[in-house]
Amino acid sequence: MTRFIIWRLALMIPTLLLISIISFVVIQLPPGDIVTSTLDELLADGMEASEEQIAALRAMYHLDAPMPVRYLRWLGGMLRGDFGYSVQHQQPVSELIGERIALTVVVALSSLLLTWALALPTGILTAVKQYSPLDYAATVLAMLGMAVPNFMLALLVMWGAFTWFGVSIGGLFSPAYVDAPWSVARVLDLLKHLWVPMVVLGVGGTAGMVRIMRANLLDELRKPYVTTARAKGMRYWRVVLKYPVRIAVNPFISGIGVVLPMLFSGDAIVGVVLGLPTTGPLLLDALMNQDMYLAGSFIMILSALSVLGVLISDVALAMLDPRIRYD
Amino acid sequence: MNRTADEITARNPDAAASGGARADDDSVLTVENLEVRFDTEEGELSAVDDVSFAMRRGRILAIVGESGCGKSVTSYAILRLIQKPGRITGGTITFRPRGRPPVAITDLAENAEALRRLRGGDISMIFQEPMTALSPVHTVGNQIVEAILLHQDVSQADARARTVEMLGKVGIPAPERRIDQYPFEMSGGMRQRVVIAMALVCNPEILIADEPTTALDVTIQAQVMGLMKSLQRDLDTSVLLITHDLGVVAQLADDVCVMYLGRIVEQGTVRQVIHTPRHPYTIALLKSLPSLALKKARLPSIAGSVPALSARPPGCPFHPRCPHARHGVCDVGNPPPSEHLGAGHYAACLRVEEVARSEGRMPDVECRMPNAGTAKDNS
Amino acid sequence: MTEPAQPSAPETEAPPEVRLAEAGQWTLMRRRFRRHKLAVVSLWLLFGMYLLAAFCEFVSPYAPDTRNIRYLWGGPQRVRFVRPDGRFAPRPFVHGYRRADLEDTWSVALEPDPARIYEVRFFVRGEPYRMWGLWETDRHLFGVRGADGQPGFIHLLGTDRQGRDMFTRVLYGARISLTIGLVGVAMTFVLGVVIGGIAGYAGGVTDLVVQRIMEVLQSVPSLPLWMGLSAALPATWSGVRVYFGVTIILGIIGWTGLARIVRGKFLALREEDYIVAARLLGASRGRVVFRHMLPGFMSHIITAMTLSIPGMILGETALSFLGIGLRPPVVSWGVLLQQAQNTSAMVLMPWLLIPGLFVVLTVLAFNLVGDGLRDAADPYN
Ligand SMILES: Nc1ncnc2c1ncn2[C@@H]1O[C@H](COP(=O)(O)OP(=O)(O)O)[C@@H](O)[C@H]1O
Ligand code: SF4
Ligand SMILES: [Mg+2]
Repeated sequence: MTRFIIWRLALMIPTLLLISIISFVVIQLPPGDIVTSTLDELLADGMEASEEQIAALRAMYHLDAPMPVRYLRWLGGMLRGDFGYSVQHQQPVSELIGERIALTVVVALSSLLLTWALALPTGILTAVKQYSPLDYAATVLAMLGMAVPNFMLALLVMWGAFTWFGVSIGGLFSPAYVDAPWSVARVLDLLKHLWVPMVVLGVGGTAGMVRIMRANLLDELRKPYVTTARAKGMRYWRVVLKYPVRIAVNPFISGIGVVLPMLFSGDAIVGVVLGLPTTGPLLLDALMNQDMYLAGSFIMILSALSVLGVLISDVALAMLDPRIRYD
Repeated sequence: MNRTADEITARNPDAAASGGARADDDSVLTVENLEVRFDTEEGELSAVDDVSFAMRRGRILAIVGESGCGKSVTSYAILRLIQKPGRITGGTITFRPRGRPPVAITDLAENAEALRRLRGGDISMIFQEPMTALSPVHTVGNQIVEAILLHQDVSQADARARTVEMLGKVGIPAPERRIDQYPFEMSGGMRQRVVIAMALVCNPEILIADEPTTALDVTIQAQVMGLMKSLQRDLDTSVLLITHDLGVVAQLADDVCVMYLGRIVEQGTVRQVIHTPRHPYTIALLKSLPSLALKKARLPSIAGSVPALSARPPGCPFHPRCPHARHGVCDVGNPPPSEHLGAGHYAACLRVEEVARSEGRMPDVECRMPNAGTAKDNS
Repeated sequence: MTEPAQPSAPETEAPPEVRLAEAGQWTLMRRRFRRHKLAVVSLWLLFGMYLLAAFCEFVSPYAPDTRNIRYLWGGPQRVRFVRPDGRFAPRPFVHGYRRADLEDTWSVALEPDPARIYEVRFFVRGEPYRMWGLWETDRHLFGVRGADGQPGFIHLLGTDRQGRDMFTRVLYGARISLTIGLVGVAMTFVLGVVIGGIAGYAGGVTDLVVQRIMEVLQSVPSLPLWMGLSAALPATWSGVRVYFGVTIILGIIGWTGLARIVRGKFLALREEDYIVAARLLGASRGRVVFRHMLPGFMSHIITAMTLSIPGMILGETALSFLGIGLRPPVVSWGVLLQQAQNTSAMVLMPWLLIPGLFVVLTVLAFNLVGDGLRDAADPYN
């Protein structure tokens, strides 16, 4: 097991390198850079910069070095916790993103929990009672859940809350706590607001999981070992819960690697609609303003977290399924 | 469906003629006019049609036939394990345990406690696929102990001890270590031994073995078959052996039923069916065995192919492939009924007499049968 | 499914048999698909939507940027059949609108004016347009005739804040949003089949590297990455270039799903008898791949492609909704939904959410068709 984990950790290194390259490409892609945008601002203010000033600026931001060198410098910085400098906010990126990333993770994980809590029993029931009214109802709901884009759902929830209850929902904190330091009261306030993004983000994943769970369980229910267990004289439900469900939950675990990026994706847009203090709105803002180090860092960190999710799910899967463990 | 088993026996005039595979007082299980249908895209198909036989206590009854003829479905029906889209549409299955009143299995409710006790307790089953018959994510010990705890009021520790003992009995080396292994850590032969151990651990009166060795190597096949035979003798279990290996039948079985397209075409003792076969299908099966070196006595193909259930020929289902078929006789009306030829030997052929005359006596088959012991030399 | 019913068939007959089995496979697949009622309905629905999108100039009564200043922020007009006096109307009609001044003087609302009746006419002359850029015409499927010397108007789905007809814009949006899925999927098809095929056919190190890349791309949250790449599309680009830019961006990540299927199938098929036979018979690699291997799992590819179209459509919608995908004056469903971004706009003009309804319907239909295809291609799975 330890060897398995070490091996998996080693595999993460090339993965993370690949992700860092992708993020760096995103950072470099837009035409222009910090210097040109600074110059544009100067021009807009009616000032001009001399050639020497420009060169000095470029040197200051290390823009004069060739691309690979700049990449390595950026990579080295990240290892030391330095994610670059946000031009727009005039702050180091690392200071801007900490809490936002943390809140994104909180939102994503709580949605994940909701997804499991809903999808597990529904998936089992729909598979065991295949073609029952319940199965059809769940199937229709799941199909709808997968078809409604999460930002639409966010819009609808906001619209519904406003027209029916006259409240405008959004954000993760009440106004009093938005800028307050962390305290028990602030955490409680967060929990009070969390359910909206949790549900909005969880719906799509739940729908998908129910379908996967149902399909897998139907597969497992047909396997000979189920008949063996029934021939032993076990009650049907006991058989189902002990054997096939045990195997069919694997996708829940391996699904972490798929669902987590999905939830981060969802947060990027739902966060904008619901005005959450998560990564989404700041990422969008950074992209709009070509604040590329900020944007690239978000992409890098969210991707790294997703990869971490895959790692965790792989390890959990190995603990759950002896066939993998002994490989 | 509320007839008791005794009434059935009483109504069956042939029951008295003992010796073959038809009901008599010594039967541990009787199947009467069993019919199983599957709801498929091509309509409702009878996979098993009007099948009747009886298992003699302490004996081995073999069911042989080409793949798809309904052997497995018949055996599943006995434990009521037929699943949608199939269901038992007719007939009775009666279990007569020692010292207890008979149980009409076909009358039990789907979720009846009695049915649950029967499964794995009185009647247990071994399946064809040792690779998938065990849950891959539970240890073999876990799965056998569970079988004990389901039927016996013993402690976990006792159940475990019994499991180790049973694993030893089926010839698994170092059972106290093997008990905590997962199925994927074992070879196919070992797994099938585990499955046999699990089936016999509660001392069932009947063991149903559905092609228990088909998926195994030839060498292993002989070993597992030998093991089953010796366990059957030791434990005095009655066995329903499903196979398409006539060599195994000659070697192990006491009685035989030959199935074709969901119907039994010939039944009787091994002696009767193998030495003096009367149905053209049985004769064809025996004739098509290669004369020597029957190491892999799988049923070889007979001229023509088995029609699909959805295209069951009218009249005698075998007539398109039968060398004795007579136009206007064999290809019209209902399938021929089972004729009693004496001493419990039955055949479902309209032209038994003519067939017997033209075929004469079959050459002595027994000497051509492979020996389970010699099969080992093959490797 | 390619397995012949008769396992005992002699091996020498393999090639023609394979072809026969394939023909049978498609027929069988069609038959099984037809049994999936919802999938069939969805297929027709999609067909209808694409038809509307193809003929949107003709079907819509206006041009997408025509403003009706008499009807800003107007709700959907109801098509009526009974006149205010209770008599049955000879033709369907809509009412004109008049201003209703409210108590609080700063807001103005529109209310139907029973006195104004605009009759619906079919194949009317209206604004001129070039059909598919080929010929000039001014025929529209329908329109209204004016009354009281004023031209009439018909806005089945209301108007936006600039008085542009939402029905028209939804149809024009369909053209963009529906095709972006197809173009994107065509791209992922090429990338997926080529890369997945190479990995599956070559195996070894190539396979390992490709697998690694696919894994990484699949574990990266797609929307942030899409956002990052879209932000690089220069603001000066024309609508068409942005359209293809966005499609390429969506395809860059989308190919992995298809590639994985292709790779898996190639690995499995490599070992199958008829492929081995073809190779032993000396068929060239390309021939083995395109004559024998691809047809063997075309049904799976089509299924996977169908199921990946909704992701593309949703991706475009999300990007445009956020303002970093397609940009006005290009009209797509995502661009249209941008107007519904704040609560107050939504509460005042809920009809601005209607493009979202079309998104949901399309995605639902594609998913159902994909499900039906999957069941038909692989009945035991
Ligand atoms: N789940 C099922 N659905 C439809 N038909 C089935 C099913 N299971 C078995 N059958 C039918 O029953 C027939 C007998 O099957 P089976 O008893 O498994 O044959 P075998 O003699 O090889 O054990 C098959 O030919 C098949 O047509
Ligand atoms: S009834 Fe006719 S066709 Fe059938 S086995 Fe007898 S001779 Fe052959
Ligand atoms: Mg069978």
